[in-house]
Amino acid sequence: MVVGPGTVSDQVPVTPDPAEGSVPGKAIEGRSLGRIAWTRLKRDKVAMSGGYVIVFLILVAIFAPLIVKFLGDPPNEFHQNLIDTSTLAPKGGTGISGDHLFGVEPQNGRDIFSRVVYGARISLLIAFLATGLSVVIGSILGVVAGFFGGWVDALISRAMDVFLAFPLLVFSIALAGVIPDKAFGLTGDALRIALLVFIIGFFSWPYIGRIVRGQTLSLREREFVDAARSLGARGPYIIFKELLPNLVAPILIYATLLIPTNILFEAALSFLGVGVRPPTASWGGMLSDAARFYTIWHFMFFPGMAIFITVLAFNLFGDGLRDALDPKGRR
Amino acid sequence: MTDQGATAEQADAVRLSDPVPDDVILRERADKGDPLLSVKGLEKHFPIVKGLLRRQVGAVRAVDGVTFDVYRGETLGLVGESGCGKTTTGRLLTRLVEPTGGSIDFDGRDIAHLRQGKLRPLRRDMQMIFQDPFSSLNPRHTVGTIVGAPFRIQNVKTEHGIKRAVQDLLKLVGLSPEHYNRYPHEFSGGQRQRIGIARTLALRPKLIVADEPVSALDVSIQAQVVNLLDDIQREFDLTYVFIAHDLSVVRHISDRVAVMYLGKVVEIADRDDLYTRPRHPYTVALMSAVPVPDPARRDRAQRERVLLTGDVPSPINPPSGCRFRTRCWKAQEICATEEPPLLPRLGDAASHQTACHFPIDDAEEVAGRSSRATA
Ligand SMILES: Nc1ncnc2c1ncn2[C@@H]1O[C@H](COP(=O)(O)OP(=O)(O)OP(=O)(O)O)[C@@H](O)[C@H]1O
Ligand SMILES: [Mg+2]
Repeated sequence: MVVGPGTVSDQVPVTPDPAEGSVPGKAIEGRSLGRIAWTRLKRDKVAMSGGYVIVFLILVAIFAPLIVKFLGDPPNEFHQNLIDTSTLAPKGGTGISGDHLFGVEPQNGRDIFSRVVYGARISLLIAFLATGLSVVIGSILGVVAGFFGGWVDALISRAMDVFLAFPLLVFSIALAGVIPDKAFGLTGDALRIALLVFIIGFFSWPYIGRIVRGQTLSLREREFVDAARSLGARGPYIIFKELLPNLVAPILIYATLLIPTNILFEAALSFLGVGVRPPTASWGGMLSDAARFYTIWHFMFFPGMAIFITVLAFNLFGDGLRDALDPKGRR
Repeated sequence: MTDQGATAEQADAVRLSDPVPDDVILRERADKGDPLLSVKGLEKHFPIVKGLLRRQVGAVRAVDGVTFDVYRGETLGLVGESGCGKTTTGRLLTRLVEPTGGSIDFDGRDIAHLRQGKLRPLRRDMQMIFQDPFSSLNPRHTVGTIVGAPFRIQNVKTEHGIKRAVQDLLKLVGLSPEHYNRYPHEFSGGQRQRIGIARTLALRPKLIVADEPVSALDVSIQAQVVNLLDDIQREFDLTYVFIAHDLSVVRHISDRVAVMYLGKVVEIADRDDLYTRPRHPYTVALMSAVPVPDPARRDRAQRERVLLTGDVPSPINPPSGCRFRTRCWKAQEICATEEPPLLPRLGDAASHQTACHFPIDDAEEVAGRSSRATA
C-alpha cells in the first residue's frame, strides 16, 4: 500500500521529448511558454508577413540616408525644372521616372520617394517612443493598482477614466500653439518629436494600464502568489518575480496593437500641423500638403499607402501575437 | 459507555477500521507532549463593503471561534463541507491572512498579529501545500526556480549550491533531478503536486498545512501523493494539518481529526475514536458520505447512508445557537437558543470533544443507522 517515492508510475512528463530517453543523465531543457508561442507564431503566415513588413519598415527607417542616396534625391531638394509653371503640377502628370520612383511634388518638385522614406523615420520613431512611454507608465500604474487594490486602485482607475475622456486632439492643438520654438533645452524637430511622444504616450497609457490591472487582479488570486507570500516574499519580489513574467505577454500584445494607433495619431497631429515643422518630412505632413493638390493623385497616394501598409502590418502581427500567446489557447 | 453498546460497537470498530493499512494502525502513538501549534478562539470575518465609500455592511464569518492543539509529530485532519472555512483556517495558521480575533501560538509564540517583517524568519518553520496544483506553480518559472525560491527568498545558503539542493528535493519527492529546467505545464497534476511538496520541504519546516493536497488529483494518483506525504513526515519529523472535504482521505494519514461546520469545530477526537464513535450528527452524516471501497459491503453502506438535506447556511448570517440545527434531524428548541460548547460528551475521554446538545450515543449510532434507512 505504501508506495515509496522512487517507485511511482506518474514519473514521466506528459509531453515527453523524443530525444529525452536517449540521453539519460543530461539535464533536459524545458520548453517555456514563450518558446511554444514563438513556434505557434511562426506557423501563422499572415502574422509573419506582417512581421516581415515591420522589419522591412524599420530597416528602411534606419537606413533612410543610404536608400535615398542610391534610389532618390535629398528629401528637401527642389526640382523646379520638373514642374509645369502654369499648373504647378509636375510635368507629365506625376513626374514618376527612374530618378523619382514615386514622382515629384507639385509646385517645388521634391522627390516623394525620399520624403516617404524619411517620413518612416519620424512616424516609427514617434510611435515607438510614445508606445514605450505608455507601456512604462501603464504597466507600473496597472500593476500597482491591481496588486495593492483599495484606495490606490480606486485613485488610479479614476485617473485612467479621466485620461481616456480627455479631449486630446483639441488639447494637443492648443498645446502645440503655445509651445515655443525652444523649450526644455530642445529646439526644432527634437522638441516637436519630444512633444508628440509626450502627448501620445501620456494619453495612451490607460489602454495598457487597464489591461495590466485586470491581469494583475486575476494573477493576484493565483495560489503561486500565496506560495511566495508564505515563504516570506515581500511586495517587490512578488511584483517583479512572480507577477511581471506573467504580464509580459499581454503587455507585448497590447503594445504591438497600440503602435498602429499611435502611428495614425501622429499622422493626424502632423496633418493638423502639430507635428514636426516643414520642411522635415512626415507622412501626416505630406498628406496635409497633398490636400491642397487633391487632383494630383500620386502626391496623396504614396504617403497614404505608407501609413496604410504600416498600420495593417502592425495590426496583423499584433493579432497573430495575441493568438499565439493567448492563455486560452494554452493547456 | 453502555455494555450492550460496547459489543455492537466493537463489531462496528472492526468494520470501520478495516480499510486502514496495518502499518498505519500499528504506528506508534507518540507521547503527545506539548503542542507545536495551539489555536484559541480563532476568528476571521471578511468584511463585506458596499458603494464608493467602501462602507462595511456585514461580514462573512468564515472562521468563527476555532480552538484546537496540534502536537509535535502528529497529523491533525481538518474536515468539512465546501465553504465551511477550512482553507481560511489554513491561511490563518500560516498567517497569509490576519485573524479578526483569537490567538495562534506557534512553537511557543503568539503569531496571530505579528507583522510580516517579524513573521519572515518564522515562515521557514511553517509551510503550506495548496489545493490546486495548476495555480500553485508559476507557469513562467522552471521547476528549478520554483523549488529553489524558498532558498532565495529566505536567503538560505546551501552546502553545495541551490541547484544541488533542489535536485535532491526533486529526488526526495519522486521526481527526476533532470526535471530541473522544465516548466510546470509539462507535468501532470500529481507531478505538479510533488513539485509543490518539494518546495514546502526546502526549508525543513516543522509544520505543514496541506490544503486538500489531493482533491484535484485522479483517484489513482491520490494514494501515491498521500503516501509520499506520509513517508516524508516520518523522515523529517513533520507535523501536519491535513485539510480535506471528506473523511476517507484524512483517515489514512491522521492521528486526530477535527470536523468543521460553518466556521466552527463541531467535533474533535483521536482518529479511531471518531471513526468508531462519532458523536455529532454532522460527523455521522459526513461519514456516511464516505464511499466504501469493498464491493461486498457497499450494499449495506448504501442503506445506512444519512443524506444531508438542504444547503449549508450562509456564513454571513449563520443560524442562532447550534449552526447545524437547520439540517439536523435531532434538533430541538434548545438548539436554536443555546450554542453547545465543545466538551467531552457521554463519558468520552478528554481528547474527544463534541459540540452538540444531543450527541449520538453508542447504541443509537448503530440502531439509528438502520432505522433512518427505513424511514
Ligand atoms: N478573501 C475572502 N473574502 C471574502 N470571503 C471569503 C474570502 N475567502 C473566503 N471567504 C468566504 O469564507 C467562507 C469559507 O471559505 P473557505 O475557502 O475557507 O472554505 P473551504 O472550507 O476551504 O471550502 P472549499 O472546500 O470549497 O475549499 C466562504 O463562504 C467563502 O466565500
Ligand atoms: Mg478550500
